[in-house]
Amino acid sequence: MTPWGRPELYTAYKQDMALLNTRSKMLGVAAILVVAALMPLMVADDLLIILGNGLVLAIGALGLNLVTGYAGQVSLGHAFFVGVGAYTAAVMAGDPDGRYLGLGIDFMPAWLLGAGLVAAACGALVAPLATRLRGLYLAVVTLGLVFIGQYFFFEWNEMSGGSQVGREAAKPELLGIEFTVDNGFKGGWTEEQKLYWLFLAILVVAAVAARNIARSRIGRAFAAIRDRDVAAGVMGVNLTRYKVIAFTLSSFYAGVAGSLMFSAFGHFTPESFSLLMSVQFIAIVLIGGVATVSGTIMGAMLIALLPRLASELPAFLPFLSDSATEHPNIFEFEQVAYGVLIVAFLLFEPRGLFGVWHRVRTYWKSFPFSY
Amino acid sequence: MSTTAGPVLEFEDVHLSFGAVKAVNGVSFSVAENELFAVIGPNGAGKTSIFNVLSGVYRPQQGRVTLHGTSLLGMRPPAIARLGMARTFQNIELFANLTVLDNLMLGRHQHIGYGTFAALAWIGRARNEELRHRRRVEEIVDFLELEQWRKLPVGLLPYGVQKRVELGRALAMEPRLLLLDEPVAGMNLEETEDMARYVLDIRDELRIPMIMVEHDMGLVMDIADRVMVVDFGTPVATGTPAEVQRNPDVIRAYLGGASA
Repeated sequence: MTPWGRPELYTAYKQDMALLNTRSKMLGVAAILVVAALMPLMVADDLLIILGNGLVLAIGALGLNLVTGYAGQVSLGHAFFVGVGAYTAAVMAGDPDGRYLGLGIDFMPAWLLGAGLVAAACGALVAPLATRLRGLYLAVVTLGLVFIGQYFFFEWNEMSGGSQVGREAAKPELLGIEFTVDNGFKGGWTEEQKLYWLFLAILVVAAVAARNIARSRIGRAFAAIRDRDVAAGVMGVNLTRYKVIAFTLSSFYAGVAGSLMFSAFGHFTPESFSLLMSVQFIAIVLIGGVATVSGTIMGAMLIALLPRLASELPAFLPFLSDSATEHPNIFEFEQVAYGVLIVAFLLFEPRGLFGVWHRVRTYWKSFPFSY
Repeated sequence: MSTTAGPVLEFEDVHLSFGAVKAVNGVSFSVAENELFAVIGPNGAGKTSIFNVLSGVYRPQQGRVTLHGTSLLGMRPPAIARLGMARTFQNIELFANLTVLDNLMLGRHQHIGYGTFAALAWIGRARNEELRHRRRVEEIVDFLELEQWRKLPVGLLPYGVQKRVELGRALAMEPRLLLLDEPVAGMNLEETEDMARYVLDIRDELRIPMIMVEHDMGLVMDIADRVMVVDFGTPVATGTPAEVQRNPDVIRAYLGGASA
């Protein structure tokens, strides 16, 4: 711990290299964690669903940021890996005597890990493509994954339930706590509260792990490949190996996110895993901040809250209607806001929400001077 | 690891061509322990191509290249790096978004042993190794006087400092042979003299043999132990700076052959 008032006085490399290497970072993170953990006691359940969804999106987006942000391998196929995770979990946890494929393994850590691992295996299989292609070409090839995935998800009815029908999602259950059972009316926790806490706990683990990867030799190798791949090779970085690691880790995150994404609703259809979902993850990474963990979480929360924010708008902007049959309405507004956010961030703050935060922090750090 | 007095590097009769262009045409030389060997020649003479053959970026059609007796031909850059070959680049090839420390730590990549799972958890092995290598990196920071820039992204640093960071990154690899591709290109007199001092310190204190490609004749003649002149991919002369300066073929290569 550094002394008060001397945030950058380190007497050991260990202090300097700590994840939270200043007192303000430590206090700030602690405060955010406390607020995040107490959120279910403060806000209504309908908002909690949205926040919980944001947490799951953040887990998936962390994965995309590892491969695209840190390692620089543009992937449009993230929705495919999310889908693989969702179906793996659903099949593993599914009722063996039910209508659809099910193995009856309802122990949550098992299907959570299973979803991650199966998605990771798919990622590892796809990764060799990245060693042959880069940039736009890689993006187009990974785009192909989404369509191949959709074909399987739509056509393999015993597994997915088929188009527009869908199947039940895996139900989180651990140590006798049934996360999807509402006990609110008998004085217990509601489904939304329990799920939120579950997602928050998993996100914290996922975020710390991602941050650890980023600051390790693995993360440095990713950044080296992204910035200068020829020099990375000359430094002794095996490009193929690290691209495989990047895709595998990224897909693991996607798989875990997929297995949790539909817990609240309890049911999902193959239509979910379209290109639109991939684009949503890319938007989160761009708006949040490329190659940042905190930014990814901020981006995911913003994207998750966007529909809710739009629905609050008619109170302030009377010309906006909340009915889909009138124009302009909040649904149109949401679509436009989504696009405007992406364009505006790319143009004005390529470092995303993390960059905005960084500016604010620098301003107050150097206050009252401007530099 | 052999400690015999044999040459560190042997480069024998190497031919490299791109289509009809003969970039390297029968070049031979060897580098001894603690030697600062310079390669000079007009633009397009094939100096950087020689470096790219050495570090495995290009594969020559013919010839023999050995580092401490191990043939380098057909090896990929990471494998050659593991054998102890480090280099800097003519146009800086640093990882611009990473800090000076991270760039230097990347130089240590092959010396750091922990894997992905250790990295995810960051306890025990990963943490201890990072700490240990951080200490080594700090020695280089100290050696090259980079303290004040440690935590800045290298993309923001002045050109001369970037060149120094790149040298540091190569040193962090603990090379058995260091290749310097135009270490003072584009530098002013003061920066050039600083760099010359670092290069001499590397030879005399760290005892690392070096091959240097450079256009600054004053620098080459002052600090190199031996010089090889190449022109159009063919070797013109090899010898001490004084010998090379007197060689009529060298004068012809640099000033044109009309008078001969």
